[in-house]
Amino acid sequence: MQASTTSSKSDSSAKPVVSRRFDRIFLALSDVASFMAQFFKEVFVPPYEGKEIIRQCYEVGVRSLPLISLTGFITGIVFTNQSRPSLATFGATSWLPSLISIALVRALAPLVTALIASGRVGSNIGAELGSMRVTEQIEAMEVSGTNPFKFLVVSRVVATTFMIPTLAMFFILLGMLGSYVNVHQNEATSFMTFIDQFFSSISFLDINSTVVKSIVFGFTIGMVGSYKGYHSSKGTEGVGRAANSSVVTSMFLVFIEELLALQIINAIRAV
Amino acid sequence: MNPKQPRYNDQKEGVITIRNLKISFGDLHVLRGVDLDLYQGENLVVLGRSGTGKSVLIKIISGLLEPDEGTVNVLGQDVSQLNSRELDALRLKIGFSFQSSALYDSMTVRENLEFPLIRNVRNLSRAEINKAVEEALEDVGLSQTINQMPSELSGGQRKRIGIARTLILKPEIMLYDEPTAGLDPITSNEINNLINEVQERHNTSSIIITHDLTCAKTVGDRIAMLLDGRFERQGTFEEIFEDPNDERVKQFYEYNFID
Ligand SMILES: Nc1ncnc2c1ncn2[C@@H]1O[C@H](COP(=O)(O)OP(=O)(O)O)[C@@H](O)[C@H]1O
Ligand SMILES: [Mg+2]
Repeated sequence: MQASTTSSKSDSSAKPVVSRRFDRIFLALSDVASFMAQFFKEVFVPPYEGKEIIRQCYEVGVRSLPLISLTGFITGIVFTNQSRPSLATFGATSWLPSLISIALVRALAPLVTALIASGRVGSNIGAELGSMRVTEQIEAMEVSGTNPFKFLVVSRVVATTFMIPTLAMFFILLGMLGSYVNVHQNEATSFMTFIDQFFSSISFLDINSTVVKSIVFGFTIGMVGSYKGYHSSKGTEGVGRAANSSVVTSMFLVFIEELLALQIINAIRAV
Repeated sequence: MNPKQPRYNDQKEGVITIRNLKISFGDLHVLRGVDLDLYQGENLVVLGRSGTGKSVLIKIISGLLEPDEGTVNVLGQDVSQLNSRELDALRLKIGFSFQSSALYDSMTVRENLEFPLIRNVRNLSRAEINKAVEEALEDVGLSQTINQMPSELSGGQRKRIGIARTLILKPEIMLYDEPTAGLDPITSNEINNLINEVQERHNTSSIIITHDLTCAKTVGDRIAMLLDGRFERQGTFEEIFEDPNDERVKQFYEYNFID
């Protein structure tokens, strides 16, 4: 297996500018495609880097947990509090738990979790792999009999793919708790009643689509960060650029995927 | 400073044989037909200005880059003909000291040194691993750093830990990429001595890439000068620099060397 350091070996000498730009875009796309293909080729083939995967799951999951939990809790409180007046006009404040559960499960939890993870985890992966590329650590790994793609990229992508859905679930739990605190203070709703109403308005489809969406988001964040870092250009500014464009690109892709998911889920609901 | 006494092997048994090696990146023709031999037990210095393709050359030798043309034979094996498992096996016999030291900065010194060992040698006991790590650290005189992080080390220390990490697998060939670049003269001299010690103690054959003529003079049994993508000048330090009738060699000498 050859290192991807050769990827920029293309001949684009005497061509018109437009055609050269198309060449570049096409080359970038085929680069991304082969990066993903390599992931799927290597993720199922032993030896598995189990220890490294667990370490990355810890990095991604446990380290992000405080921020995600706090955001979820506060979102629950604020969203409940801000929704109350409009429901109160119809005398329907008892619908608050249902409203919150739909908002949290269907939209807020997967999206906000993915956006926070893009910022925290995506930039981290981009910077980490970028500086490993620049300081030749990736090549050092390769010449010492370790497949750096499997050790570094596969472990990170697997970790984000598993941990982002888990974090989204935590977001829902903490959001629910925040909402309950607010509802309990204002409407004196009991915990059991709250839970009952919270879960009565969401279906399996809602939970499933949130999990599937989060898996896709997690995969995206891991892939983008790894790709940007692994292909980081030489020099310290290359590392910064890798970190920065990891965040921007994965946020952008998360939004696109969210819109696509909306269409798909609506189509399923319509059946 | 006197140049070292060349260590020539009488049989001149070749460990690396490179013939007509060519590589270009786009329009940039970096290596344009390189022929080079590394003989058993010698220190071969590759001199050349920045950007002439010295790093590219040793990356091709260790299979990190693929040449466009030519053959590279290492320890009797044609590098381009190897599958990935055979290449991994060959790489274990080649120690690569990177210009930026390439220490894994998320790991301690101990973990850095263990890494190649644990991943390549099966069924080692904890005691055996510890012993190998301590020996390798002693080899480079840095036993006290064992629990430090790479970020806590000086440039010279990082370089030596990097060398220790490659020595732990007892390689037959060492490739040093600019071992003294960015180091002060005293530290450079320590690294030069270390390179000579490695040669003597383990009887390794080494390629040392540098543009530092003090380093070349101190460690090199033989010098090869990379000029315009080829090795046009080869020989001992004196043979090349005593009578530098080549303008490019003269320039290199005048601008780089303060005796
Ligand atoms: N993977 C690569 N892709 C494109 N160009 C490269 C690559 N590696 C090296 N080069 C180019 O080849 C030339 C020689 O590089 P290098 O071997 O690093 O020089 P040096 O002799 O200073 O070590 C440089 O101009 C460099 O930009
Ligand atoms: Mg170099």
